[in-house]
Amino acid sequence: MIVIVDYGVGNLTSIQNMLKKGGTTSLISGKEADILSASKILLPGMGHFDNCMQRFNASGLRSTIEKKVFTDKTPLLGICVGLQMFMESSEEGNEAGLGWMAGKTVRFKPEQMNHSLKIPHMGWQEVKAVKQSALWKGLEGSRFYFAHSFYVQPASVSDTLLMADYGYTIAVGLEKDNILGVQFHPEKSHRFGMQMLQNFANNY
Amino acid sequence: MKRIRVIPVLLLHEGGLVKSVRFKNYQYVGDPINAVKIFNEKEIDEIVVLDIDASKEKRGPDIERIREITSEAFIPLAYGGGISTTEQVKELFYNGVEKVIFNYQAIHQTSLITETAKLVGSQSVVASIDVKKNWLGSYKVCTLNGSETTKADPVSFARQMAEAGAGEIFLNSIDKDGTYGGYDLDLIKQVCEAVSIPVVACGGASGLPDFVKAVDAGASAVAAGSLFVFQRPHQAVLISYPSQQQLEQQLFSAIKQ
Repeated sequence: MIVIVDYGVGNLTSIQNMLKKGGTTSLISGKEADILSASKILLPGMGHFDNCMQRFNASGLRSTIEKKVFTDKTPLLGICVGLQMFMESSEEGNEAGLGWMAGKTVRFKPEQMNHSLKIPHMGWQEVKAVKQSALWKGLEGSRFYFAHSFYVQPASVSDTLLMADYGYTIAVGLEKDNILGVQFHPEKSHRFGMQMLQNFANNY
Repeated sequence: MKRIRVIPVLLLHEGGLVKSVRFKNYQYVGDPINAVKIFNEKEIDEIVVLDIDASKEKRGPDIERIREITSEAFIPLAYGGGISTTEQVKELFYNGVEKVIFNYQAIHQTSLITETAKLVGSQSVVASIDVKKNWLGSYKVCTLNGSETTKADPVSFARQMAEAGAGEIFLNSIDKDGTYGGYDLDLIKQVCEAVSIPVVACGGASGLPDFVKAVDAGASAVAAGSLFVFQRPHQAVLISYPSQQQLEQQLFSAIKQ
């Protein structure tokens, strides 16, 4: 069973609805026993980075999820701030990130954009894969919904799976071993998001 | 290619879906859940749902009703109407709302914008600004479906909203609402120049050329009501939305960069 981690943050019901629309049942839970028996883990995140980190650390689930991900190699998918939390730090706050991936989360820099764009970045953007991945099967040329002011900057180029343009090109999806994360919202990206979540559910 | 969000706006009134002309003369459009289902199939960019009775009736959001609607929306849904506490915000997000829209409380309890931004992030907080020209021809911010006119001018109010933590401005011209007379481009220009956050233009759209004009005036996204729920000239109810091809050819490629 896929477990959507409930640590008091995020639009959990939307993720569950989208998985269900594609034919996959899931469980929203903040219980250690449920996470221990999870076949896959989905980590949502929304709002301020520090708030997410504080709540996640206070949930008591961190060591359980770390065991699942690093010892048992359970596939993990982070969404939005869920992905940003994987990094070592974020320019949005002072809390340390989880450090499950090398690199940091940074703010959009309007002065580096080729034409001035408003921040937050809100809306649909075409997403391109830069390496082969089971997550991206059937999704070439698809578009996804974004709502963010920060994005991830992985230390290692090889961790980047997906890229998109907003003023300049940024990483919007990472994949390293069994750890995956996306900056956009698959749960709000109609048939494309449904396909991506099914890919995660069925191909890992 | 720069994509522009094109957003249908749905008004909830007395249990049904309605559309207004200049915030008056409500015409019944149909069942909200059915409408959202159809819009969802059309793969629209985003949807705005406003309960126009809530603040007037001094009540909170109808969570049960909203949950029914969001369960059919596999697209971002922004909800506005009667939100006055962060507890309600939490409940809305838990039930599938992506963004919360403040209008009455934006004016009367601006701190709620700040608190909500801290809780869910600015990208999920929208300040809705309804604007009407007074008899002297100057723009004034209105609330309670246009029935209460404030002294605030939309430009400084938009700035105040951005400073308070709003991540987007939903700018609606009451004078243009439901008229198909085109957006109020002066208003859009003035507000967009004043803030660095995205502005969604609403009120008066009659077709794709109006979207282009609004974006060229500075809008980051365009919204419309009548255009997507009525078929002219007889205002028969018909839910429609431009195809991806129409959007690419007549909007994304037509805007100035």
